[in-house]
Amino acid sequence: MRALILALLLAFSAMPVLAQTAAEIVAANAAQIEKPSRQTIGPVIEQLAASGDPQAATILEAWGDKRLGLRKADGVFFLIEKTGDGWALTALDGTAAGTAAKADVTELKPNAGVRGLIATALVQFTLSDPDRAKREAALGSIAKDPKAEALAPLAASIGAEDDPVLKAQKERLLGLLAIRFGADTATRVAAIEGFGRDLGLDLRAALNPLVATTRIAFANDLPEGANLARELRAGRELTEEEAYDLLVAGGLAPARLTVADARKALVANLKDGAVGGVALAALDSQAERDRAYNALEAAGTVPPAATDAEVTEAVARHRFAETYAEPDPAVTAAAEAALAKIGTKVGAMQGADLLLDALSLASIYFLAAIGLAITFGVMRVINMAHGEFIMMGAYTGYVVQQWITNYTLSIIVALPLAFAVTFAAGVAMERLVIRHLYKRPLETLLATFGISIAMQQLAKNIFGTQARPLTAPGWLDGALVFNDVVSISYIRIAIFVMAMLFLTFFLWLMKRTRLGLEVRAVTQNPSMAASMGIDPDRINMLTFGIGSGIAGIAGVAIGLFAKVTSELGSDYIVQSFMTVVVGGVGNIWGTLAGAVLIGTLQKGIEWFNPSNTLAAQTYMILFIILFIQFRPRGIIALKGRAAGD
Amino acid sequence: MSALLEVSGVSVSFDGFRAINNLSFTIGPAELRAIIGPNGAGKTTFMDIVTGKTRPDAGTVSFGEKSVSLLSLTEAEIARAGVGRKFQRPTVFEDQTVHENLIMALKAHRSPWRVLVWREAAADRDKVAALAEEVGLLDALPRKAGELSHGQKQWLEIGMLLAQEPRLLLVDEPAAGMTLAEREHTTRLLVDMARTRAVVVVEHDMDFVRRLNCKVTVLHEGAVLAEGSLDHVTKNSDVIDVYLGRG
Amino acid sequence: MSRSFLAKNPSVLTFLLVLAIFTLTVTILSDAYGLAFVSTSFIKTLGKTLCLCLVALAMDLIWGYAGILSLGHMAFFALGGYGLGMWLMYARTEEIVVAALAQDVIPATAEEIRQGIATQIFGVVGASEFPAIWVFAHSFWLQIALVVLVPGGLAAVFGWLAFRSRVTGVYLSILTQAMTLALALYLFQNDSGLRGNNGLSGLQNLPGLDGVSQDRLSVWFLWGSALALGLGYVLLAWVVSGKFGSVIRAIRDDEQRVRFLGYSVEGYKLFVFTLTAVIAAIAGALYYPQAGIINPAELAPIASIYLAVWVAIGGRGRLYGAVIGAAFVSIVSSWFTGGRVPDVPLGFYTISWVDWWSVVLGLCFVLVTLFAPKGIGGLFDLVAGVRTPDRKGAALGPDDGALMEREAQE
Repeated sequence: MRALILALLLAFSAMPVLAQTAAEIVAANAAQIEKPSRQTIGPVIEQLAASGDPQAATILEAWGDKRLGLRKADGVFFLIEKTGDGWALTALDGTAAGTAAKADVTELKPNAGVRGLIATALVQFTLSDPDRAKREAALGSIAKDPKAEALAPLAASIGAEDDPVLKAQKERLLGLLAIRFGADTATRVAAIEGFGRDLGLDLRAALNPLVATTRIAFANDLPEGANLARELRAGRELTEEEAYDLLVAGGLAPARLTVADARKALVANLKDGAVGGVALAALDSQAERDRAYNALEAAGTVPPAATDAEVTEAVARHRFAETYAEPDPAVTAAAEAALAKIGTKVGAMQGADLLLDALSLASIYFLAAIGLAITFGVMRVINMAHGEFIMMGAYTGYVVQQWITNYTLSIIVALPLAFAVTFAAGVAMERLVIRHLYKRPLETLLATFGISIAMQQLAKNIFGTQARPLTAPGWLDGALVFNDVVSISYIRIAIFVMAMLFLTFFLWLMKRTRLGLEVRAVTQNPSMAASMGIDPDRINMLTFGIGSGIAGIAGVAIGLFAKVTSELGSDYIVQSFMTVVVGGVGNIWGTLAGAVLIGTLQKGIEWFNPSNTLAAQTYMILFIILFIQFRPRGIIALKGRAAGD
Repeated sequence: MSALLEVSGVSVSFDGFRAINNLSFTIGPAELRAIIGPNGAGKTTFMDIVTGKTRPDAGTVSFGEKSVSLLSLTEAEIARAGVGRKFQRPTVFEDQTVHENLIMALKAHRSPWRVLVWREAAADRDKVAALAEEVGLLDALPRKAGELSHGQKQWLEIGMLLAQEPRLLLVDEPAAGMTLAEREHTTRLLVDMARTRAVVVVEHDMDFVRRLNCKVTVLHEGAVLAEGSLDHVTKNSDVIDVYLGRG
Repeated sequence: MSRSFLAKNPSVLTFLLVLAIFTLTVTILSDAYGLAFVSTSFIKTLGKTLCLCLVALAMDLIWGYAGILSLGHMAFFALGGYGLGMWLMYARTEEIVVAALAQDVIPATAEEIRQGIATQIFGVVGASEFPAIWVFAHSFWLQIALVVLVPGGLAAVFGWLAFRSRVTGVYLSILTQAMTLALALYLFQNDSGLRGNNGLSGLQNLPGLDGVSQDRLSVWFLWGSALALGLGYVLLAWVVSGKFGSVIRAIRDDEQRVRFLGYSVEGYKLFVFTLTAVIAAIAGALYYPQAGIINPAELAPIASIYLAVWVAIGGRGRLYGAVIGAAFVSIVSSWFTGGRVPDVPLGFYTISWVDWWSVVLGLCFVLVTLFAPKGIGGLFDLVAGVRTPDRKGAALGPDDGALMEREAQE
């Protein structure tokens, strides 16, 4: 890379320096400048730009901005500026030259084409402009629209660049330009190789046009000057139909007879209830129609068109190939090699990115499922309204944001509030419904589904059917970017962190607190627990409340990236149950494993078929159904008598 | 006399706990056998293994003249092969009548299609009536099983086992919760049954075992500790140590 | 079918009588054949309700009798509808395309007709080729076979997988729900071959019956639905009356015990699951021509839950309960959600039943589960003086699906 830049610098620093001031050049080419045309003005602009006169930039800029004027009296050019009813004049060497009446000066109005040329010429000046922002903008404009002309000025500006960041950018851009517009093969190949294993999108954008191919058909030998990518054989690399289309496109064969065309020709030549000797009524099969058309073709009434046999024969007589648009084989070879190298690395990076995606989806599923891990996993209570608790949490967050407009503060308030609201709802539901249905899981399932239906409709009645926004604080906007391929948004990191916090909380609650001990006691043997002074009713109520409360907090988190609607919960309920069941009921690590499995799986399937997330969900559920065949008790199963039957 | 059931070298463990440890056991075609042992000796697990509810980690279980391995069969196939089981708590279908319970147990084809087109014939009615009389439930035939007393349910279950016509019967604590008169009736039934088939009785109650007057196998920690007549095993010092001694 | 079957099951005769009287009454009151007292759209609603009663019967067999709370039977119902809908749509479009092509000078080839039908049907999802699953759509009899075979086959495969690995109770319910969701999501895709979320439409027009008005068609379908319901009722009453019924009720209450009796529990469950799936599919095939349109939303898991709700409200474990529940809830639902019930102004808020009906239904369902597990069927017991056994709150068996004490009859 360094050597290449040095070479380029040397090449361009040898440019001749003309000992002429800008003003003299303008004067010498006055006629052309007054009425410039895009075709002929080029050399003049170049001469100005290369003059080395510091005024040249000012003059060009003024010209481009339509601030160059011609005094009608003597034909002298001035930089002009509007003042009231006239012009303030500045001579081309920068000295003030008084004023002129409006009618005395002709404004020069170069057309868009000429202005474009001027702008390009100006680039070299802006590239060395003392203002860093201007230099950066100039670099940006070159990168957006790379042109061969930018190569020389860019190379020239690197030596004087003192900002290390901009210098690196300039060197990179110079390399990219050299790939496309380098003077000879060696320069371009060196430029390509100079990038090594770089992954930049800009590099790929520069390389891809080099290896773009077109398909051609030819009779015997490859056309002169074509840069062959590979030969294509009809029937293998391309179908006969594609091959024939190439022949037609290349003018090497007549168009194929389409059904519609044949029909039209037959209708046009219908005489006395028959065409080409075939009766009209018999024309309801393709074979008869072909026969009629061939008869017409033989009689010369319709133009010849290729039938299937003719197509096969024509295809066999020709060869087909893919050729590069870029004529230089050495360059295409180097570009292919570079792209292949990049491809491998990009593949690995995409894998890493996919993993990050999967992880963040897994943490979402885990968040949605962790409340269930308590109510279903530990207490074995099927709560189909769990999704609606998630929805309640999300709506709580929305309502809080209506009152507290500071997003950070509102989230801080919403999290405990959502917990409180759903905790209360959970306790109420446990007391009123679930308590009476312990040991009747199917009835619990249906009753809680009734509650779920009612709560969804209630949310619709209160908040309407349209989605409500729950806005994340500003510091969660944006993404952590590793490179052009791998990145993860901060909100997903936050959800991941939250999932981990919940996991820790759950473990602490169940393993380290009195409540956790009592919960485990009650779920294992309620009557024994009761006889030891634990109130099972109270414990069940609290446990269910905590499980529901966690669902509420998860709802706030999920609401931050998903739209808050009354269906928010039901979108997650099946997946949540799957997460718990696949992981293994009654084990929080199982739930975690289930979430990771389902998240990875869904992302993996989406990767194979990115356009279709519906299909991904379908296949994921099918996989889960099959998975349960082989591990009916989940990934992490309780064994032996403890598992029950 | 060749054995009807032969269990050899069977082991099974739950989460590292060895419930059955290299157990071997045989019983002949028409024999009454009592199995005793302290809690956790593996009595119920032993029955679970024979009936296919639990799969052992090692060992073989073969049944009948052709020595069919029971380990590759499902619970239903084992039952059809001729192994009947009576649970500790009476398990009858409480929502159905005594008649229906017995009809279901009656030896017949068990496949869904055959059962679907099966209709009750006079012979079946007679057989059910005979069975009901044998277990003393003739008057209760049209009643729902859920309404029966505890002892009556035990008999109904025994009646269902008889209807199955098994060649081997596994009976788990048949006398638990019975009155003295009911016990005597049960003893008689079991001894009668053992004339034509093998009967294995798991029991805690020494008195009841003595009444059965049969060979006794003592289990301890998943293995056979002693075997012989009740008097013989009660004199065994090992047995006294682990069972009666702690009694 | 012996005399003793009807003698032992007097409810069958009563049911058939009520059904016959109902059908006759509706016919007499219809636009086409009588007094024009009942509108055609209401006759369609009644016909559809009969189909829902049939699928509720199937649900009662699988849940009320065999104890398997399947949340997938409305998926089979919809699959049946799709199956017949494919033929209806194909044949109907074929008529239109043939008529259109007949205007041309040159007679159309078979290929052109097929192409025309494909473009008509699949233009909406941007395709113009028939997907492979439409290969039998041209033939009524083949497609009718598919109406039974596809849902039956799916149920058999799914049931075999699920029952084989001894998935029971709520796990099975969740698994069937997942199956339904997967199927619905699949059908929502445009490249599913069934027109994505557009579904199949225009099913109310029967091919070859252009001259018959919808007035008369609706009555014909009512007859067909009533016939299917009657046959279904007799079939299921026969299935549950004998030893088979005993065995599946025994499986519901204590499947382990049934295994030790020598019955292969998995085989019975699979049999019942598949049979009920087929009945559901037939009900669906009769329902959707009356509805006129079917789309993947019909497969949403919630539909199957509603099915369970109907059976529970009617009273599970008795066939007439399922029929009453389905008829009652679906008619009351359509009454409330149809906007025909006046709103209740409370001064500060007006209760609009279109919005609040779901809330009421959901809560009703909780109340029925909690306080009236016998559902509406329990009223018959009250009249007949049947008491519930008092067993101090214990269920009748150890399994999840077992009858509750208060559901049983003494």
